[in-house]
Amino acid sequence: MESNVILSVHQVNFYYGVVRALTDISMTFQKNKVTALIGPSGCGKSTLLRLLNRMNELIDATRVEGEILFEGRNIYAPDVDPVEIRRKIGMVFQKPNPFPKTIYNNISYGPRLTTGIPNVDMDALVEQSLRQAVLWDEVKDILNKSAMNLSGGQQQRLCIARALAMKPDILLMDEPTSALDPISTAKIEELIEELKEKYTIIIVTHNMQQAARVSDETAFFYLGNLIEYNKTEKIFTKPDVKQTEDYITGRFG
Amino acid sequence: MKMLKYPSMRWRYFKQSVFFALVRASALIITLALGGILLYILANGISVISWDFITQRPTDAMTKGGIMPAILGTIYLTIGAIAIGLPLGIASAVYLTEYARQGRVIRLIKVGINCLAGVPSVVFGLFGMGFFVIFLKFGSSILSGSLTLGFLILPTIIGASEEALKAVPQTFREASLSLGVSKWQTIYRIVLPNALPGILTGSILGIGRAAGETAPIMFTAAAYFTAKLPGSVFDEVMALPYHIYVLATAGTNIEATRPIQFGTVLVLVAVVLGIDLIAILIRASMRKNKRW
Repeated sequence: MESNVILSVHQVNFYYGVVRALTDISMTFQKNKVTALIGPSGCGKSTLLRLLNRMNELIDATRVEGEILFEGRNIYAPDVDPVEIRRKIGMVFQKPNPFPKTIYNNISYGPRLTTGIPNVDMDALVEQSLRQAVLWDEVKDILNKSAMNLSGGQQQRLCIARALAMKPDILLMDEPTSALDPISTAKIEELIEELKEKYTIIIVTHNMQQAARVSDETAFFYLGNLIEYNKTEKIFTKPDVKQTEDYITGRFG
Repeated sequence: MKMLKYPSMRWRYFKQSVFFALVRASALIITLALGGILLYILANGISVISWDFITQRPTDAMTKGGIMPAILGTIYLTIGAIAIGLPLGIASAVYLTEYARQGRVIRLIKVGINCLAGVPSVVFGLFGMGFFVIFLKFGSSILSGSLTLGFLILPTIIGASEEALKAVPQTFREASLSLGVSKWQTIYRIVLPNALPGILTGSILGIGRAAGETAPIMFTAAAYFTAKLPGSVFDEVMALPYHIYVLATAGTNIEATRPIQFGTVLVLVAVVLGIDLIAILIRASMRKNKRW
């Protein structure tokens, strides 16, 4: 099992100013698995997710202690460029956030700026990324139309395709369906199931049924602490900790 | 619990109609003031407007002939001021909003910029004369005048650019950065293109001001009269605002040139509106595909 670890978090503390948002978190993420981070609002799950690709440092006056190892290297080591990390660890946000560009240019934006992909291969990459996100059939005739005209669910799949076009190893998803209707949500969940063949997925969700449906492992957070981390099946059937049980049965949160 | 007393419905409607009337009257007064000024200028100046007036040089000690050199000079100075003020202002705003860590130093810089906006334009003129004309030896020239006017409109452009940059959703920046695109590329490819219509909107104000100011150019660029058109940026030029000032206060025959003065004012207003119109058209074409 240890050999399948793609990302490991060691004794991480995180501060917004003087407020500690995460306390002594240690956990490992398995390759080609879906790991769900659950817990009530403000428990630190999104904060942890954004630590994994160094997105938190966009916020002033934050501080991180501890190590996060990816490919054997601490991504917070002084010689590591966060830009490099983000190329390999992609992210999908809570609200769909396509650029006000065409569908095609939304996908080609990242690869064009970060790799020397020639234009002839770009068409293939755009098609491949959109197919992976199960959006190709819906948009193949309107690639040069603005992405802002798509529905919310389509926009979110476009954002997933945009992240996949960078060919990342890990895909971080921060409540990717919280702004979507049930049908779009179901599509995204099916997509997650398919994507885990090729990618490692870490997903933050407020929706416990969703965590139960899509994830292999589940971590429960409360007040900045990792309370319990285990196989999803175990967490949702017989959790070891009383707090976890109270949360998943809806007694608080 | 004590019952709250509500005024009757009728009283509330009455207050509403009074308030609406006041607001409408304010809008009307402003429109009338603007219309009055424009009509007055038009009525007094239209008689001298002709093709020759805008294409010929002044003759007979500026009492006859056209004002073409002054029109050209004002256009040159305005373009120069934009060329200097716009890049510098946008760059400052990008630094202030995107790069600088918000803190005491940044607050101080912002206070400084606001103070700059309040400095009388004649002070800019004196500074321009002391620094560009004399110290840097640019002489009284298009270059000195453009630099002075560029600095004059800098606070307006910085302010407009800051607002426009802040209005670009943070989610765009996050999306771009999360793809492993660098910060500079994110600003250049995503933030600036989306902020540009807003930047131009605010900058139009500054541009209009640059075209119309007299004090900053009277020591740095404007000639009382020059027979030749400028050959390089190191030549002095005639300019519309200064020409009006000269004709109205120091001309050879002030009374006789009144129509020419009003005609020149009319042309100045037209030039400013024309420059604004160009900026508005550029903005409209950029806005077409920008929705979020």
